[in-house]
Amino acid sequence: MTDMKINVHHITRVEGHGNIVVNVVNGELEQCDLAIVETPRFFEAMLKGRHYSEASHITSRICGICATGHATASLRATENALGVVPTKQTELLRKLAFFGEILDSHILHVYMLVAPDFLGVGSVIPLAKQEPEIVMRALRMKKLSGDLCAIIAGRHTHPIAMTVGGFTHYPTKEELLDIRKRFEAVRVDLKETVDLFESLDLPAFTRETEYIALRKPDEYAFIDGEIASSDGGTWPLEDYLSVTNEYLVPHSSAKHAKNKRNSYMVGALARINVNFDKLHPHAKSVAEQLGLAPVVTNPYAISVAQVVEIVHAVEESLNILDELVGNCLKWEEPVKPKRLSGEGVGAAEVPRGTLFHHYTIEDGVIQKANCVIPTGQNLANIEADMRELVPTILDKSQAEITQSLEMLVRAYDPCISCSAHLLNVEFVR
Amino acid sequence: MAQYERYIRPKVAFFDFTSCEGCQLTVLDSLQTSPELLDMIEIVEFREAMSERSNEYQIAFVEGSCTRPADEERLKTIRSTASLVIALGACAHLGGINAIKNLRPLPEVRADVYGDKADWYDTYAARPISAVIDIDGFIPGCPIDRDEFIRVVKMLLQGRQPIIPDHPLCIECKLKENVCLYLRGKICLGPIVRAGCGAICPTYGDGCEGCRGLITNPNLDSMKMVLEEHGLSFEEVEQKLSMFMAYQTAGIKSEAEGATS
Repeated sequence: MTDMKINVHHITRVEGHGNIVVNVVNGELEQCDLAIVETPRFFEAMLKGRHYSEASHITSRICGICATGHATASLRATENALGVVPTKQTELLRKLAFFGEILDSHILHVYMLVAPDFLGVGSVIPLAKQEPEIVMRALRMKKLSGDLCAIIAGRHTHPIAMTVGGFTHYPTKEELLDIRKRFEAVRVDLKETVDLFESLDLPAFTRETEYIALRKPDEYAFIDGEIASSDGGTWPLEDYLSVTNEYLVPHSSAKHAKNKRNSYMVGALARINVNFDKLHPHAKSVAEQLGLAPVVTNPYAISVAQVVEIVHAVEESLNILDELVGNCLKWEEPVKPKRLSGEGVGAAEVPRGTLFHHYTIEDGVIQKANCVIPTGQNLANIEADMRELVPTILDKSQAEITQSLEMLVRAYDPCISCSAHLLNVEFVR
Repeated sequence: MAQYERYIRPKVAFFDFTSCEGCQLTVLDSLQTSPELLDMIEIVEFREAMSERSNEYQIAFVEGSCTRPADEERLKTIRSTASLVIALGACAHLGGINAIKNLRPLPEVRADVYGDKADWYDTYAARPISAVIDIDGFIPGCPIDRDEFIRVVKMLLQGRQPIIPDHPLCIECKLKENVCLYLRGKICLGPIVRAGCGAICPTYGDGCEGCRGLITNPNLDSMKMVLEEHGLSFEEVEQKLSMFMAYQTAGIKSEAEGATS
């Protein structure tokens, strides 16, 4: 094949709108872009002039899938700006709601968005007819994660009870015990999930890159920590701009990022590559069973890393539930701000990677806001993967190349609403 | 506007414009509890969840606001293809959270996020889809309520216009026996906002933010009395209204001024 143009308009089974554009002339790859055609969102501009107490409710609307993650990073930014130190109980409840979201998002991605590619169907709907027990299992696990978020914050998409300094509502002991029982029972589904993903063959493609994730000394970091790179080096959260180095490209309404190399990866695989030693022992043994031994350089293995994190999140949730019940969860009023002006950065490892919120607040009103989104940080890395992959598969049919590229982009679980919003394949002809 | 008629397993399509896609996710969640729905409708397009696509459908659910001229053409195509177009969630129904950017001059908003590259990205004032095309109904909320979605689909299948509550949230909140948030010193839009969400925000300790929109005849005089009783001003209500109803707030302000005179 000497000339080929691929143009996948609005790639499916991803969150938001993106196009894949490939142009091959005389057997040479001339263009290979992931165009982000999502409408610009302007959340940073929308926060300007709003009271600090509204920020987490406004920014949760950046994304329906990682609403709890945005709310968490937003609250931490505000709290750091205004000198609020949340209580231990607040930290535990936030972590629990966060695990609910990690589970919900990862289950949605590995079962409903990625698995159809490997099982040869167009979507989860025919899959429900072909393999009903797989889909029922996914729905059961997904409902459990949603219910966990609901007892803590009211609902998963756009949490209500999470506020600056704490919570406006608390679950009852009965709710905690009931969900604990269900979490214990879900271990059977976990085993089936691990077995299913052990049986799937990932495309053999590897490309070395830099992996970035938050890191904490005593746990597998999801909220707070410092920024760590697989190429070496750590940075305090306040220095996030010197890691993300965002820049604009004309074919994307989402900003790109680079640190030590031309691109880096964030998300489940980056976290496992950076924080493997901090995984729960059960998750570690599942990683070994699935052949994930850091450093893993196959981007298609992101879904496998998500399966490992599903196991980690279930086990850690059980630990937190025990701690909350054992300590007799009590009503606490949210901790009040020490001051009404200040600047703060909040960070969290949301399902798709490291998320930063950065606010400047004066007299309780937000003057300046910046959000750095995981998918934006991954864009340059996805394109670098695409550009290395395409020349190695040019002997395949256009349909096969398109499928490989769609699967690659989908593996990153891009969240285009978040990143301005992202995805379609254009083979230019 | 289309005639309502009974549909036997209609083809249903989901479309998204500027939004977080949380309402479509809520639709997926509603299928967890009501899988029988898949026997009653045929979903032919749902980009977030499936690769299959179709240009033939009777019912279109549209999530998201219209925020750029190029989106108008796509909306018009959906309108001319579908018999029924239903706005799904606050962004499509009201303009919603996206319209916060309308409160400041657009060039300023664009420069804030994209600097001197602002011209690369097309945008205009956010608006509800009803500002661009006729709609046959709406499912309010940010996000939508999953039970209400199921109820609306069932009404559409029966050939009925969907019934969405048009009484204030306070009624639902009282039935839940919640302590009034004004007694806890918090602003709540419950007296003037449409019920139907089970008063979920007050139940979880936060004042109503108005994501379901105003009832048809909001009693602003009475709202002002409640505010005065608690030493609060209408400006504080206005600030809260501007979260989901920024597209509508200018009108609300002049009405409130009218109510005082």
